[in-house]
Amino acid sequence: MERIYIFKRFERFWHWTQALLIITMMITGFEIHGTYSNLGFETAVEVHTIAAWALITLWVFAIFWHFTTGEWKQYIPTMDKVEAMFRYYLTGIFTHAEHPFRQTTLHKHNPLQRLAYLFVKLLINPLIWASGFLYLFYTSWESWGLGWLNLEWIATIHVIAAFMMLIFFIAHIYLATTGHKPMSHIKAMITGWEEID
Amino acid sequence: MFTRNELIAPVLGIACALALAISLPAAATATPAAEAVQEIAAGLEGAVTKAAGEVAATAEQAVPDAGVAAPAPVPVAAATAEEAKSSSTAEAAKQIHKTKHWSWEYTNPDTGQKLGKKNVINNFCTSVTSNHSFCSACHIGYGWADDSFDFSSEANVDCIVCHDTTGTYKKLPGLSGHPNYETMEWPPHSGRFRPPTDLKKIAQNVGPTSRKTCGTCHFYGGGGDAVKHGDLDSSLTNPGRYLDVHMDSEGLNFSCSRCHVTDEHEVSGSRYGVTAADEKGVLVPGSLDPRNPTTCVACHGNTPHPDKAAKLNDHTRKLACQTCHIPAYARSTLQTKMSWDWSTAGKLDEQGHRIQLKNSAGKVVYDSKKGNFTYDRYVVPEYQWFNGEVKFTLFGDQVSEDSVVKINEFQGDANDPDARIWPVRVFRGKQMYDKGLQTLAVLHTAGKDDAAFWGNYDWDKAMEVGMRAAGSEYSGELGFVSTEMSWPVTHMVSPKEDALDCESCHTDGGRLAGIEGIYLPARDRMPLIDTIGFGIALLALIGVLIHGGIRVILAKREG
Repeated sequence: MERIYIFKRFERFWHWTQALLIITMMITGFEIHGTYSNLGFETAVEVHTIAAWALITLWVFAIFWHFTTGEWKQYIPTMDKVEAMFRYYLTGIFTHAEHPFRQTTLHKHNPLQRLAYLFVKLLINPLIWASGFLYLFYTSWESWGLGWLNLEWIATIHVIAAFMMLIFFIAHIYLATTGHKPMSHIKAMITGWEEID
Repeated sequence: MFTRNELIAPVLGIACALALAISLPAAATATPAAEAVQEIAAGLEGAVTKAAGEVAATAEQAVPDAGVAAPAPVPVAAATAEEAKSSSTAEAAKQIHKTKHWSWEYTNPDTGQKLGKKNVINNFCTSVTSNHSFCSACHIGYGWADDSFDFSSEANVDCIVCHDTTGTYKKLPGLSGHPNYETMEWPPHSGRFRPPTDLKKIAQNVGPTSRKTCGTCHFYGGGGDAVKHGDLDSSLTNPGRYLDVHMDSEGLNFSCSRCHVTDEHEVSGSRYGVTAADEKGVLVPGSLDPRNPTTCVACHGNTPHPDKAAKLNDHTRKLACQTCHIPAYARSTLQTKMSWDWSTAGKLDEQGHRIQLKNSAGKVVYDSKKGNFTYDRYVVPEYQWFNGEVKFTLFGDQVSEDSVVKINEFQGDANDPDARIWPVRVFRGKQMYDKGLQTLAVLHTAGKDDAAFWGNYDWDKAMEVGMRAAGSEYSGELGFVSTEMSWPVTHMVSPKEDALDCESCHTDGGRLAGIEGIYLPARDRMPLIDTIGFGIALLALIGVLIHGGIRVILAKREG
């Protein structure tokens, strides 16, 4: 068995902190949305807001990190082997077929991951961030010249983005178990070292 | 160590005494109260000293709460200083003549409607017209028995009802605004007797108004304690902090006039001309700005919450302070009346006597004179948009049994920048209307004549007299319409720890369930988005569980 060092220390810190914050925000967010009662509306709003600022701070560092290390290149989309990836998840995985993608330090994400993460970073995150920011400061809209905005639209966009995040989250957690062994990817995300075939 | 307030105090005392001395001699021909004038003169010195002490005490208690902007004592002092100056030149009675307390009239400058107690028909005792000698027990004058009352007479002004500090001065219904000067059975047929009013003692003890003096009328409106307002009753004479954080008798101990600042005896803050929102914020004491000083905002501003609760400040754009800070009204042991059904009035027992039925709390639930009542306490207000404008249904306005008649209707909606969501007491009733004329009726209820309903129980006779007094001829057809009267809930302000929680409104079916025109998080959502969102999430979950399940089964088979 071979092990390669895939995830550097900052990347792991970023991933797990982000995971914690996003889970927190989903739990509190759907309470603010009125889906259930848990912490109480006031606490939910407070926690959600604090987590939002923490996440934004984290993103600032993460964006800086991506550009200074050149790691952003990991997310350049490719359609190469995407079909093979789908086929692998639909059938190959059950028959011990060979994984169509081989991880290296320079290509740590498979083509499906690349697309999914790019989608998260370029669509879900900005959508959630922008709508959340406007939601938080809706009393300032008029002074910003945005008086034509409507809280219902903004809240709805925020909720749609949240659903997208929830769906990504479910798929992401499951696919994390599809490595060499069920825990391979997860261990890699903790230690940095990935077991590969 | 004397503050400006304390120095003003003796001046106010002298002013009150002078006002009494000036107005009462002139009343000599009109009222036995005048006979006390000589004694009043003798008692002046005592009254002045006493009043000075009272005001000084009030001033000492005027320590502002931390975090509250611009304490109110200064405007009070300013007002009283002015009052004192003008009163000392014998202006008090003339000033009184210009007030709503005197005229019981108010013309709404926006709608042009002629309002005031004299004109409005409510859904409690219904109307003053034809019933003056009873209703005027709460008029600040002597002798308003009918339309011949002289509103220009300074002698008819009753200073004492507001400035008595003994608590023994009581104007009784039926005496046209007079107290009893002789021993009198009260309540009627009770076997209990009130001694003659001790005018000498009262005159020696005049002083500033207080919760008690204002309360002699305002706590007992509608025929008894706690009946009418719901947020004003005798529990506010000496309230605890929980009941009213400002009037707390062992805390801030505000008198009514701390907020209802007076200017030349006109008391500010009337529900006939409500300031529902004031975007200009704090009203600096001494300011010549003609804004209404009787608002929460006048002292607290529009961003009263500390930075750590900054989100709450966002709410002041849509909510009146009272909405969160008065979670319920009638928060004492006293029950307030919630409804009044006149249509059942007039039933007598087999001997032809008046019937009174009481509930387990001892409150009258049926009275032959008045009909059926219901009561409640710790009442959760209703909520609605309100921009301060109120439209009344007045005598002569068309009404019918097909719809609930709004005695008064609060105006405003979500798009109105002057409107806020207000807590409202809605008093529901069923009351007399002239079916032929299709107007709310004026019923001659009280009086010693043989037409007054409360003595004779003859609807038609009482209607004839009442309607004629209002300037119409009774059509002969009596009906009953359902009515609603709205009252802004603004007293009984809770301490901040008792203010509403967020989830009182931010939830399904919360307090603001019926409020339209706003997006209220946790109450509002697009159901379709939720269905699609959770639907896809569920499918994803099912998908990965099946996928994972197959992997687990296969792994097991392979051992």
